[in-house]
This record gives sequence, structure tokens and C-alpha cells, in this order.
Amino acid sequence: MNDKNVSKHSNRRPGQTRRTIVQAAIAGGLAGLALAGAAPLSRARAAADAAKWPKDAFSQKSEADAIKALYGKTPEPSDKVNLDAPEIAENGAVVPISVSTTLPDVTSIAILVSENPFPLAANYPIPPGTSPMVANRLKMAKTSKVLALVASGDKVFSASKEVKVTVGGCGG
Amino acid sequence: MASTIRVRAVAGGDTTEVQALVQHPMDSGFVKDAQGNLIPPHYIEVVEFEHAGKTVFTAYWGPAISKDPYIKFSFKGAQKGDDLTISWVDNKGTTDSLVGKIQ
Repeated sequence: MNDKNVSKHSNRRPGQTRRTIVQAAIAGGLAGLALAGAAPLSRARAAADAAKWPKDAFSQKSEADAIKALYGKTPEPSDKVNLDAPEIAENGAVVPISVSTTLPDVTSIAILVSENPFPLAANYPIPPGTSPMVANRLKMAKTSKVLALVASGDKVFSASKEVKVTVGGCGG
Repeated sequence: MASTIRVRAVAGGDTTEVQALVQHPMDSGFVKDAQGNLIPPHYIEVVEFEHAGKTVFTAYWGPAISKDPYIKFSFKGAQKGDDLTISWVDNKGTTDSLVGKIQ
């Protein structure tokens, strides 16, 4: 597993290879010492893996390209996707957004802000046993459409809402 | 050093509701400092929540997540007293992790 991490890292960010090796070595060493081999695998996995981050989708500058990079298909609007966002956000730096759905077999939820420099804000893979619901806080550069996407079965469904931003949250 | 992660996980019935806060600047790369220089991007990319050796929730974040991020989700199959491991890694390769108890 360490080898895999390192090679993925070096494809993406050559500068971080050494750090990854050192961290993996430390994590592995600690696990061995502390647990005497009781659960070394789960301990070694405790570090979040940056290699899994969908860099391509997060780098897209238009909503359509980000959706394409993330899911590769066109979302269908659905009233079974609930997007909870304020009508007016006075502070664009902290906009509370939550997404939930009654759709079955949900594998992923994504939130996009159309007018942000990088529209994809967050993507949450949903493993079996985890509720298809998430709440977080986003930055919004200006008044924009907020789009919630839910991958259910082999389709992608969406809901959107216009959020008015009084003071933008991206500086500049 | 105090952890950057604060977590509250409460088991109720068969689902456990998790709320977590991470201390992190989440710099987007578009904001200028007092001297007018752009502050380089610095944000968390991946957060993982593990219970009993299984990843129960993963967050992939971009720079549009607010400073000191908040996240809420819920999952099935945990008992009161179980461990929940939270870890994050940012775009500079910094990581932190915490083992919390489910209440």
C-alpha cells in the first residue's frame, strides 16, 4: 500500500514523495509498537490519502466541465434531492449548505457553486451504511446558483438554488 | 499539541450522527494579505472517518470550503463507546488525526 501511495504522489506532486514515505514509516512503526500487531492495517490506513483526491474535477473552471470530470454524465433535475441553502447569505465566506436525498443506492454527493473560480466545492463518496446526507459550510465569491448532485444507481440527479451573496467570500 | 480536530459523535438508535470541526485556514489562493500579495492556496483535500477499520465517510474538499471547516453526516452500525478515527491531509501534505469516542 505504501508503494502505491508513493507512486501516485510522484505522478501528481513530486515534492511530497519523501514526506509521504517518512509519514508512512512513522505511522507503521507506531502501529507496530503500540498495538503489537493487533490491528496494524487499520492503524496504517488512519492517514487520509491525498492520492484519492479527484484533482481533475476540482481544477475545472466551469460547472459543466467539473460535472463531466466528476461523473461523466449529465445530471437530471429531481425533487428527491433536497438542497438546503439560505436565500440570502450576508457573508459569502460562510454559507451553510446541506444536501440530503430519499433516492436509493446513493454512492456520491457533490456540491457546486456555479460562479466560483473553481465551481466544485465538495465531493462526498457515500459508502453503504452511511446516510445520504451531508452538511457543510462553503465560500461563495458572489451571488450564484448552488447545485447539489447525487449519484444514485447509474444516474446522477440534481437540485439547485440561487443564493444571493451580499459580501463575497473569495477576497479580491 | 492540541489536536486541530474536534468531533462529537452520538449514537442514537442504529445511526450515529457525527459532527466535526477542523481548525484550518482553508486559504483559497484568491485572497490578498495586507501588503497586497496573494496568499497561496492552502486547504484540506481529504478527510476520512473510520469506524472498526472501515471508512464510513470521506470528504473531498476544494478551496471553496469555509475556514475552520464543519462537517455533519451519519452512519449505521456503531455502538456507544466505539472509537471513531478522523484524519485529514491538505494540499501541502500536512496531516492530523484524532481518535474520538462515540457517545
